[in-house]
Amino acid sequence: MTVTANITPDNPAVVLSSEGLDNPTGQIKPDSPQAQAAIVIQDLKKSYGAIEAVKNVSLSVQPGEIFGLLGPNGTGKTTTLRCLCTLTQPDSGVLEVFGISVVQNPSAVRQCLGYVAQEVALDKMMTGRELLEMHADLYHLSKAQSLDRIQSVLKTLNLEEYADRLVKTYSGGLQKRLDLAAGLLHNPKILVLDEPTAGLDIESRQIMWQLIRQLRQSGTTILITSHYLEEIDALADRVAILDRGNVIACGTPQELKTAVGGDRVTVRIREFTSFEEATIARDALLKLSVVKSITINEMQGNSLNLVVAAQSDVLALVQAQLENLSLPIFGIARSQPSLEDVYLSVTGQCLNERLN
Amino acid sequence: MSLATNPISTPANSWTIAANFIQETRALTKRLFIQLIRRPSTLIAGLVQPLMWLILFGALFQNAPEGFLGTSGQYQKFLGAGVIVFTAFGGALNAGLPVMFDREFGFLNRLLMAPLVSRSSIVFASAIFIMALSLLQTVAIMTTIALLGAGVPNILGVLLIISIVMVLVLAVTSLSLALAFSLKGHVELIAVILVTNLPLLFASTALAPISFMPTWLQWIALVNPLSYAIEPIRYIYQHSDWTLGSTVLNAPWGDVSMVACVGILSFFAAFSLWAIQPLLKRSLS
Repeated sequence: MTVTANITPDNPAVVLSSEGLDNPTGQIKPDSPQAQAAIVIQDLKKSYGAIEAVKNVSLSVQPGEIFGLLGPNGTGKTTTLRCLCTLTQPDSGVLEVFGISVVQNPSAVRQCLGYVAQEVALDKMMTGRELLEMHADLYHLSKAQSLDRIQSVLKTLNLEEYADRLVKTYSGGLQKRLDLAAGLLHNPKILVLDEPTAGLDIESRQIMWQLIRQLRQSGTTILITSHYLEEIDALADRVAILDRGNVIACGTPQELKTAVGGDRVTVRIREFTSFEEATIARDALLKLSVVKSITINEMQGNSLNLVVAAQSDVLALVQAQLENLSLPIFGIARSQPSLEDVYLSVTGQCLNERLN
Repeated sequence: MSLATNPISTPANSWTIAANFIQETRALTKRLFIQLIRRPSTLIAGLVQPLMWLILFGALFQNAPEGFLGTSGQYQKFLGAGVIVFTAFGGALNAGLPVMFDREFGFLNRLLMAPLVSRSSIVFASAIFIMALSLLQTVAIMTTIALLGAGVPNILGVLLIISIVMVLVLAVTSLSLALAFSLKGHVELIAVILVTNLPLLFASTALAPISFMPTWLQWIALVNPLSYAIEPIRYIYQHSDWTLGSTVLNAPWGDVSMVACVGILSFFAAFSLWAIQPLLKRSLS
């Protein structure tokens, strides 16, 4: 089922399809003028035994952009990142970082990359400073460079006062920030972040977002995965949605949302509506010509998520139809499409449902 | 803070490569020593356990008939060599555990993401750490044996004992690290350690001379590398006039000299290091 496809010469990267397309990302050919992309992944495949973790992933990331990878667990995000970061050998496909082959020259690639994995990778018996000193040595920084860079990342991540404490005394947020500090020590040209804010407190998340934007401004390319749609929406210049090992949509968040088309209306009959009542309301509302489709969202107490034509009297029409059925309205809201709507359109499921 | 990105490093000359290798190996070794100092229970247990072996086993045979070992002297003098070797062997066998935990907690991935000159620095750091720890344990056991009245070998003897222990530790550490990279998890590694540790002790000459054993056990003891470390050390303790040509082991096929034992042990270490190369290459490339 192709939901929407607005592919134009001006907008080659926007593709939405639940079945996947031959060239879903407008991928860069090696001989094209854009071959200097920071990251090029073409036809990546990786299996673990009978499990196809990555079936066919192709995407390119331009220097200095924040590129988001979106999708629930088990869609191949982390495997894609591990292949890119030289930690896993791909079965086939092209992986390049600034034109350098990841498979043929992994050592050169490692110098360009900073990788911060989903789970913090820290030695809890060391202090933050000792850990950073060790990483500085692993990246062969001189003593002076090491001192300078450690001081710099500690300051940037608000870790100065904790630097000489044992890592095991850090909170989860502090550990994540220290992990990121270690990944930034060598000033990588590309920073790869796998779920950087998962489980973080608000302060740590704000610091992380601020830093990611700051890094982009200074020219660092950032590849980020997240479960949080609003995070990708707020941070990413472009986003690819992965589903079952394939890229099924790619573009800027605005392009993807525009491509989905229509406005969104969320209706809550009651605070917690029964499924039967929601079904009756759905069937009635579908008779309205302005309503294109309706999904019953079980995660939100069986609220109705409507895709409607972008015309001004939609809310009035919906309210009138529900009043005809003598159904109450607990809440009703109209909005532009979000990335959640994009995800729903291309996969047929809410991301939250997939996560649960 | 300047967040400007660095250009990709240019290829380094061989001196820089060597300096970088030393820098990364030193950093990884330092980490292991920091862990040891902050968690001294490992060190304390590593020092107390061999002393308990000496005291308890020594007491066990305290009333044994004089000369029952075929040679004169205390059982501690006889047992000391076994305890030195067995302690070093146990430490080396456990060398893979920290690496396994690093694998399981994702820390190894972080190390592997660094542009290391050679990922063998991870193996080198573990080997240096375990060898240093074994050296400390060996000195502690030798001091205890001396205090128990077994005497101290001459300086050449001490140096040879330490060399023998280091060769054995290198061999076993490399095998343990290979297991850490190849087994599924720490449960499997601990199972292998448990299955290997005590049987190899009892199937060696650590606790009793080879002449005490039935023939089938003699053959097992003689393919057990521990015996080739224990016997030279024991001979040095029991014979102040030892030479490299001294016969230290009476095998069913003939006598084995001190130098032959050291040679067999060195071959075992070289073979172990060679045998694990494909595995390390696959795990660390």
